[in-house]
Amino acid sequence: MVFATVVACKKDTRPNYQFMPNMYEPVPYEAYQEASVFPNGVEAMLPAEGSIPRGGHMPFEIENTTEGYELAKATLKSPLDSMKIDANRGKELYDIYCGICHGNKGKGQGKLVKREKILGVPSYDDAGRAITEGSIYHTIYYGKNAMGSYANQLNEEERWQVVDYVLKLKADLEK
Amino acid sequence: MRFYSRIFTNFTLKKPYQSLEDNSTKNMIQVIYRQLTSKIPFLGLVILLTFSTSLTAQEGDPAKGKTLFNTNCAACHNLDRKMTGPALRNVQARLEDEHGLDIDWMRSWIRNSAGMVKAGDAYANQIYTEYSGTAMTAFPQLSDQDIADILAYTAEPLPVDDGGDDDKDDDDKAAGTDGVSNQLILGALAILFCLLAMALILVRKTLNRFAEEKGIEAVKEDKSLPLWKAFVQNQFLVLVTAIFFLLASAYFVYGYLSQIGVDQGYEPVQPIHFSHRIHAGDNGIDCKYCHSSARVSKTSGIPSLNICMNCHKSVYEVAADTHKEGLNEYGIDYNAEIKKLYAAAGWDDVEQKYTGDSKPVKWVRIHNLPDFAYFNHSQHVEVAGVQCQTCHGPVEEMEVMYQHAPLTMGWCINCHRETNVRVEDNAYYTKIHEELSKKYGVDKLTAAQMGGLECGKCHY
Repeated sequence: MVFATVVACKKDTRPNYQFMPNMYEPVPYEAYQEASVFPNGVEAMLPAEGSIPRGGHMPFEIENTTEGYELAKATLKSPLDSMKIDANRGKELYDIYCGICHGNKGKGQGKLVKREKILGVPSYDDAGRAITEGSIYHTIYYGKNAMGSYANQLNEEERWQVVDYVLKLKADLEK
Repeated sequence: MRFYSRIFTNFTLKKPYQSLEDNSTKNMIQVIYRQLTSKIPFLGLVILLTFSTSLTAQEGDPAKGKTLFNTNCAACHNLDRKMTGPALRNVQARLEDEHGLDIDWMRSWIRNSAGMVKAGDAYANQIYTEYSGTAMTAFPQLSDQDIADILAYTAEPLPVDDGGDDDKDDDDKAAGTDGVSNQLILGALAILFCLLAMALILVRKTLNRFAEEKGIEAVKEDKSLPLWKAFVQNQFLVLVTAIFFLLASAYFVYGYLSQIGVDQGYEPVQPIHFSHRIHAGDNGIDCKYCHSSARVSKTSGIPSLNICMNCHKSVYEVAADTHKEGLNEYGIDYNAEIKKLYAAAGWDDVEQKYTGDSKPVKWVRIHNLPDFAYFNHSQHVEVAGVQCQTCHGPVEEMEVMYQHAPLTMGWCINCHRETNVRVEDNAYYTKIHEELSKKYGVDKLTAAQMGGLECGKCHY
C-alpha cells in the first residue's frame, strides 16, 4: 500500500532514478534523439531529395501550382482497382484525418467547423469546385488554400483509399 | 519541415494590403469612428444602412451574409487579416473609392474570377499576380441576393471589444477570499488550541496550590524501575520490537527500491504548453491525426510542426473564453503559446508565409521504455486495436501530459494475461487459433496463451 501511495502521489516534473542506467539508455540512435552527428543535433530529418520509399511508391510529379491542380483534375486517375479498394479503411482514415473539418458526411460541417475554429470548409458537392479523383489527390498531397498537406500522414495507397471514399461521399451528397 | 515551408511560401506580397485607416481619408466611417467612439454601434448601423441602400441595388442582410461568408469565403478570407486572399472589411467601398469598380464587377469576379483574369481585366490581373497566381474558386451558385448579403456583412464596422476583464477580477477576488477564509479558520483553531492548553496549565497550578494549602502531599512517584529499564530487562519484548522494526523498515525499503525506474506520474514542463484537453478533448481530434505513425511504426511519433500548422494557419488565437480559462485556471496564455509555435515553424502571421527560419522544438520525452524492452505501437494500435487510452490514460482530460501507467513488466504481463485477442476475420491463422483454443479449453484466446509471455517476445 505504501508502495502504491508513493508511486501514485509522485507527480513530478523530474524523472525518477534509474537502476543501472547503462541498460536503460540505448546504444543506437533512437527516434527524435538529439545527437551531435546530425546537423543542428536534430535526428528527425527529411529523406534525401529524390529518395523513393520501399513498397513501390512512385514519386508524384505533378507540380504544386494552379496549372498542376488543373492537370491533376483532368488527367490523374486512381491506380487502385476495385479489388484493392477497401471502403472500411478509407472511412477509418477519412474519419481520422478529414472528418474533423470536412465532417463525416463530407458536407463541410466537421467538429472544428461547428465550433467555429476553422471556417469556410466547402461541401464536396460544391459546383464551383467540381472535384475529381485527380484534384482530390492533388489537394491531399499539397494542400489547398488554408488546408495543409497530408502527404506525411498518409502514404500513397492510403491517400487513394481516402480519395475513393471522398468520391463516395460526394456521390451520396449529390443524390 | 523545410519541405513544407517551401510548399506554403508560394505567394509573396509586393504591397501589403493597406488597412482601412491608412487609405481612406475620404471615407465617412473613419472620421466618425475616430471621433465618437462611444456611439459606434449606433452610427455603424446608420452607416451600414446608408451604404447598403446607396451602393447596392438590393439590400443585403448582414446576418445571412455572415452564414454565407463562413461557409463559402472564410476558408481564404478574413474580415480584418490577410489569409490566402485579402482582408475583406469594407471591400465594396474600397473598390469603389480606389478603383472605381462597381457591384457588377464584384459579381462577375465572385462567380468566375479565372475568366476575368483570362479576359484581361486590368484590376483582376493585378490581384491575381499580387497573390502569386492563386486563383479564387468560382462561386457560380451565389445569387445577386447572396452576394449583396455577403457584402453587407463585410461592410459591418469592427465590433468594439468591451473588455472581459471585469469577470476576471471577480474570479480573482472569489479565489482570494476562499484562500483567506481557509487561513482564518486554521488560525482560529490554532488560537483555540493554545487557549485550551493554557487553561489546563492554569487549572493544574490552582489545584496544586489547593493541595499545598490543605497539606496534602502530592502522590509521589513509585520508586520502582523506570519504564525503559523494565523494557530492556524484558528480553522477549525487546526481541518482538526488534523484529517489528526490522520488518517495517524492510517494507519501506522494498517499497522505495521497487519504484526506482518507475516514472508513473512524470509530468515535465514542455517547451510549448500543449493542452491535450483542448485538442483531443474539447475539439475531439483523433489521437492518430497528429500521432499518425502510431498506425504504421514502432514509434508513435511526435508530430512535426507542419501538422500543427495544418490547423494553426487558420487558428491564430484561441476563443476569448478559452483564453480567460487558461489564464485563470492554469496560468497559461494560450495565444502566447501559439506565437511560440509560429516562431518555431518560421511562420510569419502578418505576411501569411513561411520565412524559412525555423528551429526545432525540444519536447521532453515522457514515456520511456528501457532499451532492453521492445515495444511496437503499430502492433498494438493497428493489429490488436487497443485504444490509446488503455495505456496512456485519459489524455483527453490532461491539461499537462503525464505518464499514466507505470510501464513496468508486471503491468505489461497483466494486460497480456487479461486481454482477449481479436481472432475474427483473420483467415490466415484460423486453424492455429482453433488448435490453441482446444489446447487451453477456452473460447477466446488471451495474448498470454498465444505466447505473449515468452521472454524473447520483448527481450532480445
